[in-house]
This record gives sequence, structure tokens and C-alpha cells, in this order.
Amino acid sequence: MLSFINEHLQLIYLIVLMVFVGIELIGHVPSVLHTPLMSGANAIHGVVIIGSIIVMGEATHTISLVLGFLAVVLGTLNVVGGFVVTDRMLEMFKKKK
Amino acid sequence: MTLQITLQIIYLIASITFILGLKFLGNPSTARKGNLIAAFGMGIAIFGTIFLYTDANGHHLKNLPLIFGGLAVGTVIGWLAAKKVQMTAMPEMVSLFNGMGGACAMLISIIEFQHIQSTFAEPMTIAALLMPGASAALKGRLLIILLGMIIGSISFSGSMIAYGKLSGKVKDKSFGFQQFINIGLLAVILAFTWMAIMGESNQEFWFYLVLALSLLYGILFVMPIGGADMPVVISLLNSFTGVAAAFGGFLYDNKVMLVGGILVGSAGTLLTIVMCKAMNRSLLNVLIGNFGGGGKAAAASSSAGFEGTIKEVNASDTAILMKYAKKVIIVPGYGLAVAQAQHVVHELETLLESEGVEVKYAIHPVAGRMPGHMNVLLAESNVSYDKLVEMEEINPEFATTDVVLVVGANDVVNPAAKTDPSSPIYGMPILDVEAAAHVIVNKRSMKAGYAGIENELFYKPKTSMLFGDAKKALNQLVSEIKALG
Repeated sequence: MLSFINEHLQLIYLIVLMVFVGIELIGHVPSVLHTPLMSGANAIHGVVIIGSIIVMGEATHTISLVLGFLAVVLGTLNVVGGFVVTDRMLEMFKKKK
Repeated sequence: MTLQITLQIIYLIASITFILGLKFLGNPSTARKGNLIAAFGMGIAIFGTIFLYTDANGHHLKNLPLIFGGLAVGTVIGWLAAKKVQMTAMPEMVSLFNGMGGACAMLISIIEFQHIQSTFAEPMTIAALLMPGASAALKGRLLIILLGMIIGSISFSGSMIAYGKLSGKVKDKSFGFQQFINIGLLAVILAFTWMAIMGESNQEFWFYLVLALSLLYGILFVMPIGGADMPVVISLLNSFTGVAAAFGGFLYDNKVMLVGGILVGSAGTLLTIVMCKAMNRSLLNVLIGNFGGGGKAAAASSSAGFEGTIKEVNASDTAILMKYAKKVIIVPGYGLAVAQAQHVVHELETLLESEGVEVKYAIHPVAGRMPGHMNVLLAESNVSYDKLVEMEEINPEFATTDVVLVVGANDVVNPAAKTDPSSPIYGMPILDVEAAAHVIVNKRSMKAGYAGIENELFYKPKTSMLFGDAKKALNQLVSEIKALG
């Protein structure tokens, strides 16, 4: 356990700091923006796709290839769909003249 | 080596874009830019990984055609789905995409587990495992894989149920002691996780059992929560997927996954709490409160107690009332979204303004199916941003208002939230429409709102009901006002 913590100390620091950054960022957001914000955050956790790309790039067995391919597709859906939907929502907030 | 460092720098830049993106998303004037910045960061992180990633032995990634194939398929489907979806269906779309991310994290864990299993089978690695410390490292890795899978699959199945509920395909369901069953299930999942990691044999069996139970837990977790609370649940599941992504970051020692995942995990959790506060309820209350289910039974018995009668009004009388009013406040709700009446409500607004009537919109924090849902919808039909007034600001204005037009909203104007402690929405702040001289409520029928409770407001002497589909009724109203000349 201790060796595990020692080995990953950098990552643990990063986690702790990011928790606080995340909380600070959302501190005082008007409720109008809750939905786009949720949707934008939804797109950002699509970063999980990087894991699926690595897994796919190292896969050799057929099963892992199939599952990996599926993971890449689903991850891309999360990223692309997430950002596009958010942009569509925010498009409507632009100043009308 | 330089490739590795270049990739790390790209990850660093991507991490910064995520932080900036979230920051900008919190302000209406910079929100769109923020989204684009984060999307840019995501793009370079993805392509950087594909071309620059090397494993411990310096090998580049294989299977590039398949990776690009997957990216292409996902992009086309995701793009089309996001572009085609109706503004009213946005919430369920977000839930759907969230589920995809959860499923992605789940699949990564499954593949990594199989990978560990197959290396286990080789005699070479068994020798390596006998080295001191190696077994502990492997167990640590297994733990991360399992936790990522559990959270990913809960997020996946939960989001699918939330999607189904919002699109009306899945009904609220709860059974006795469900909360205890859920907690018990969670304990069982954790126990089996321990078996999968520490157990000497049958690890595979325990692993897939944990996978199945986690999926089941996601379903049972969301099933009893009322439809009106779905935004909160989606926001919570959103932060779950963030945490699942962060476990992936831990697994691959990948900083950008960790930063992105944890940011969303913590920001999402806070956003969830902020949303609950907007409804004046605690997160715990939302999760175990059985908002939709339990309330219905209680409502049926209390509805009979209302005094007064329902008064119906037709479009032409409403038209006269509104045309000669000084100030009109429109309260939009989910009914407006369902009827796609956002354009005609804007038409009504401009028409009244040209007659010299002051028109404002009162936006309840949870009007519609998601916070901000009404703003997005009305902005789509060019309603000016400063006409949308939030609850705290508009509440004192009702007293000086001649006519309040409630369009497809119900629970957010229900006085029971203030007066009836037994009501499931008791304590939720509401719009004080009663303070106005006249209240016109447009609804399709007398059916209860999403919380499943009757609304005493409809029985008040000040209130008149304008029955009908929001779009049709408002269209009629517009033509009646025009006819008045």
C-alpha cells in the first residue's frame, strides 16, 4: 500500500490539485449555464478515448481488437457528440443584433 | 525520447485547454469559446497519442487503420446525432453521450483485465511475478482496472436508463426496500471486487460477476428516481464517468486523462450539488427521496381538499386582457418545449411590445427538464437575453404585474411548495405568480406535472385556465390580439 502511494505520488498530487481546481471553476455559475456546462464537462471526460486508443494500438487478440474498436467508436461518440451538442446549445446564447 | 516529450507537452497543453474551457464555459459571453478551446485540446491529445505514443519498449501503436476507422464511425454518428437532435431533446442526448463515455471506460478495463490474464498464463511472467513487490504492483493495477470498470459500467447503464426516462421510453419504477437492496448490492460488488483481486483462483469469474452486478446497480440506482430529478442524476453520472476516465489515466500513467477525468469528476459533483440547491433539496434527498413515485399516492389523497373551482378562459378574452395590460410576465415550462412553442411565444412577446406592453420571462432554475433548458430554448427563437429574468429577481415584480401567462409549467408555480409540508416539493422555491392581478395558465389538460402532484394555483379565483397545446393556444392568442387591431 505504502509503496503504491510512493510510486504514484505525482499522480496523487495531481488528483488532489485538480479536485480543487474543478471546484473553483464551477463556484459561481449562473443557473442558465448549468446545462451547457454539464454538456461541456461531458465532452471533456471523453478524454477516456485516449485510453481506448492505447488499448487498441497494443491489442493483438481478436476479442481485444473487437472490444477496442467498440471502445474507440463509443469514446469518439462521447467526444464529438458532446462538443457539437454543447456548441449548438451555446450558439443560441450569442448576441443577437 | 523526443517523441515522448513532445507527446507530454501536447498533453500538458490539452490539460490547460480543459481547465480554461471549463472556466470559460461558466460565463455566458465566453462559453462558446471555452467549448471550442477544450475541443481543440481534445483533438491534439487524440492525434498526439495516435502518432507519438510509444510503449515501454519504444514500439509505436499498431492497428492504426482500425483506430482511424473507429474514429471515423464515431465522428459521423456523433456529429449527425448532435446536429439532428431537437433542442427539446438535448438533455437525453447529453445522457446518451455520457453513457458512451462510461461504456468506453468499461471496455478499456475489460481489455486490460484480459491482457493481464493472458500474460499470467505465460511461464516467463510467473517467474517475474515471484519477484518481491511484483505481486503488490499487479494487485494495485487490478484494483484500478476494477474500480474503473465498476464506475464506468454504473455510469453506462445508469445513463441509458436516464436517457430512456427522459425520452419517455422508461417509466419510474420503485419497489419496497429498494434503497436497502441498492446499498446491499453495492456491498456485494465491493466484496466480489476484493475476491477478484485477492482471490487465488477464479479471478475471471469474479471479475465478470462484478461487471454484471455493476451494470445492474446502475439500472437500480436510476430506476426509482423521478423524471423531474433526471438532470441532477445525469450531472452525477457525468462526474462518475469523469472519475472512470481518471482511473484510466492512473492505469496508463496518462496525465491528460487524469486531469480531464478528475476535473469533470469534481466540477460535476459540485454542479450536481448546485443544481440540488436550486431546488432547495439535498443530494441525498434526491437520490433516496422517491420524488416521482412516492409523491403520486400522497397527491391523489390531498387533491380533493382544494377549495374553489377551475375557471376556463378562451383565447379572445385572454387577448383582450393581455393587450390592455401594462406588464405581462410569461412563465415557460416543459410544456412549451414539448409543443415547440418557443417561436410563437416570441411572436406574442414582440406583438405585445409593439402594443406598448412590457413583457418579461420568469425563468425558474429548474423549469423544463434541465437547468437552463428554457434559456436555451427561448434563445433559439431570438428572445433577447435580458428579457429572461431569474427567479430571485423577478419574484418581487409579480406584485406590479397585470397578467402572468404560465405556459406548460406546473410544479414551479405550485404554492404547495410553500404551504404544504407534506408535499414532495415542499421547500422548493417557486415563482410567486399569485401576487399578480391575473394568472392565465395554459396547459393541455388538468393532468399533474412531473412531480405528480396537484396544483392548488389552478383553483384560485385569480387563475383562469387556457386549455390546449401551447403552440396552438399561443398562435390563436397572437391572431386574436392582431384581430383587435
